[in-house]
Amino acid sequence: MTLNLTVSPDFAPDHISGWFIFNTWLQRKLGSGIHLELYDCFDKQREDIKAGNFDLVYANPFDASMLVRELGFKAIVRPIAKPDETIIATHAESDVNSVEDLQPGSSLYATDDPDVNRIGMIMLEPADLDQSNTETTTVDSYVIVAKNVLNKSADAGFFLKDAYEELSELIRKQMKVLVSSEISVVHHTLLVGPKLQQFAPQIQQHLLDMTADEKGRGVLESMNLEGWEVMSEEETEFMIDLIDTLID
Amino acid sequence: MSEHGSNDVRDVVIKYYDGTSRTVTIVDHEVPYPEGKLIVSRTDTKGIITHANQAFVDMSGYSQDELIGQNHYILRHPDMPTVAFTGLWETIEAGNKWHGYVKNLRKDGAYYWVKATVIPNIRNGKVVGYTSVRRKPSRSKISESEALYKTLMEA
Ligand SMILES: Cc1cc2nc3c(=O)[nH]c(=O)nc-3n(C[C@H](O)[C@H](O)[C@H](O)COP(=O)(O)O)c2cc1C
Repeated sequence: MTLNLTVSPDFAPDHISGWFIFNTWLQRKLGSGIHLELYDCFDKQREDIKAGNFDLVYANPFDASMLVRELGFKAIVRPIAKPDETIIATHAESDVNSVEDLQPGSSLYATDDPDVNRIGMIMLEPADLDQSNTETTTVDSYVIVAKNVLNKSADAGFFLKDAYEELSELIRKQMKVLVSSEISVVHHTLLVGPKLQQFAPQIQQHLLDMTADEKGRGVLESMNLEGWEVMSEEETEFMIDLIDTLID
Repeated sequence: MSEHGSNDVRDVVIKYYDGTSRTVTIVDHEVPYPEGKLIVSRTDTKGIITHANQAFVDMSGYSQDELIGQNHYILRHPDMPTVAFTGLWETIEAGNKWHGYVKNLRKDGAYYWVKATVIPNIRNGKVVGYTSVRRKPSRSKISESEALYKTLMEA
């Protein structure tokens, strides 16, 4: 039996090799072949997941909702201490010092990361800004978002906090953070599809044990993760309910 | 002028839907919404609080222990018209999502404005409770709501 694994396209590109290393590690542990398929775009990945092409998905919190409630997936673990938080930043020299200083007609730069974009737009609501009175340009990476903030094409940029913190200090010094979310209960999860449900406890145990041996720790490090912790069914439902309140 | 001698402080009796009431001291002071945070609580199907996150605890001024098991109306501000909450309960009991601007009363008598969304928690096809998530509202929406609620109070 070969399993199919896919990973939400929003992880930092430097960690691509980490997911391949993880894939190899998991194959050995489970004694079965696993095919890892990566995407650079959310929509195509969603289509293929809906078509039933995957058994294991490392999903961003907005997709977790569809996976659990529509497709019968179950979340088994989440990465330790890795909530998805969003930063809105502008140029360090900008006159804008708070979200409320941003004006209608503002130019926003973002990636196609659905949770960052949703939470970013929510954090603009105090300024009465929404899709109808701002202009969003979608680019391929957070580095490109930062470039457009630095060259002042963007009045503000949306960043995944983790990605913002991985930008070079030289870049960060030329920006200022207007707001940084502190939601803490919205995060990625690893989910198991309906066909694989009977193996879920076994897979979960392997993942929880990763920090226990050197090899596992090395794999985690290459993915920039500290380890995994259990995600219960009710915690998953709670997160999905919460996200539901953020979608209009 | 001393902080306590101000005429911005008044005592008000709040009557709840269940026939109970309490006297609260209202202080005309707004506490700003905490930047970047969501204020989250859950209730059972009757509106009794079962979960409150740290931002909820911080903003309400109550401890976690004081909140859990309390009716959510503990936050009701006398400037909020009853019809706003009638609409809330009709909407969520029908299984739908409710949005609204709410002026909430803190334990210390001060207030804070939120944009709230309440949804039913559905497990195995049954409503087992409700989740409310609040975010920071704009000043213009607060002003609109203040004006609207004033007219609804007089009605
Ligand atoms: C999940 C949930 C959250 C609520 N949050 C609030 C709140 O923050 N403030 C508030 O005044 N009422 C809130 N309510 C409504 C109260 O249950 C109550 O209807 C309201 O305070 C008015 O009191 P009354 O029904 O006794 O008139 C909430 C209800 C639910 C189900």
